[in-house]
Amino acid sequence: MAESRNITVTVNGKRHEQQVQVRLTLADFLRQQLGLTGTHLGCEHGVCGACTVLLDGNSTRSCLMLAVQAHGHEVATVEGLAPGPDALHPLQEAFRDNHGLQCGFCTPGILMTLVEFLRDNPNPTEQEVRVAISGNLCRCTGYQGIVAAALDAAKRLQTGKGPSA
Amino acid sequence: MKPPRFHYHDPKTVPEVVGLLKTLPNARMLAGGQSLMPMLNMRLVLPDHLIDLNRVEGLAYIRETGGALEIGAMTRQRELEFSEIVRELCPMMHEAILQVGHRQTRNRGTLGGSLCQLDPSAELVAVAAALDATVAVAGPKGKREIPFSEFPKTYMTPAIEPDELLTGVRFPLWAKNHGHAFVEFARRHGDFAIVSAAALLEEDGGGKIKRASVTLGGVAAAPVRVRELEKAIMGHVASDALFREACEVCRKIEAMQDVHAPSSYRQHLAAVLSRRALEKAHARIGGGRG
Repeated sequence: MAESRNITVTVNGKRHEQQVQVRLTLADFLRQQLGLTGTHLGCEHGVCGACTVLLDGNSTRSCLMLAVQAHGHEVATVEGLAPGPDALHPLQEAFRDNHGLQCGFCTPGILMTLVEFLRDNPNPTEQEVRVAISGNLCRCTGYQGIVAAALDAAKRLQTGKGPSA
Repeated sequence: MKPPRFHYHDPKTVPEVVGLLKTLPNARMLAGGQSLMPMLNMRLVLPDHLIDLNRVEGLAYIRETGGALEIGAMTRQRELEFSEIVRELCPMMHEAILQVGHRQTRNRGTLGGSLCQLDPSAELVAVAAALDATVAVAGPKGKREIPFSEFPKTYMTPAIEPDELLTGVRFPLWAKNHGHAFVEFARRHGDFAIVSAAALLEEDGGGKIKRASVTLGGVAAAPVRVRELEKAIMGHVASDALFREACEVCRKIEAMQDVHAPSSYRQHLAAVLSRRALEKAHARIGGGRG
């Protein structure tokens, strides 16, 4: 019998009480038990950054954490970014406008990484952006569009509105 | 890639951890998980019991006491990165921490986890060697302290017993006006360094070097304090020629080789990076920006 525990975890503001196997990663918990498949799994050993979520506001690789460890904590995933079904977060708008994605596999992890980064550093240099996303691998864009989107998003977030907001 | 089955324990106190370590066979402690979780996912380790240290009280702190920084084993690398005390009193650690992994891994990774994992290229391991740190461990017989020079037992193996855990680290501070530098060469930002070099310098009133620490990471299984180099520059006025000549000794260090680089390349990097670290540290003496 696989060992299980009951956990209470808040995901995107919603409280969940669930039974989880103790060996279940946070990433698999989000995807399989809560159905939040926006968090992607690339390498499953902490290299690609696709599974990045926020744990109590700080970016974390959800493949390198167990679901039981999230008990009592707050998790934010890409599903919680947009303010509503018909609107995008300024960061998402900037990604759309600057070709910050192609296939989109790495995008959720990069968005969550940048949400934290732009909160801590609202007016970054290009170099600082490149360092901030150094833990996220993208095989499509060559990063140029992502860096441009991040810098654009910083401006949008500072003025408090995107072009379409 | 999913972790294997294990029994999970989340003790709240250090004595509870020690009790579990004493009684549970084939147990592993989980700190920040940035090394152990990949190893579990890849089934490189198959523990019967996992002891999660993340809910143990009193292991996360940064404080200045008696000319030293005392840092708890479960202090996140993020806390070191953003700590004003660390930045002000131990700027070399601040410079090193910015080169440890990535933001997402520093948010979880801990000081104690990094030291116990003891990767030959880990920045914090080199920092501990450079500063002559002392580690505190707790076990069934109580607490004991280990000088960091005796902490690495062999490749990726610390000199602590299976029923002991690291609880904190004491980093003695250097004089206020000391110069510091932590430089490394890695293929990509955030990768483990192929070779890293840490340098600390103090000068006397006449501009002569009165205290020096030079440490190389990634060269051998444990960090190498280059005592011969330290001795060669002590009592001299710093100059490009002095550093250049003195650092040549690093080419004689017995260096490891692996898939990343042959030993001759590591020896070359050791000489170049130790010189760069010394030059940078010297330029920063007395608060210079270097």
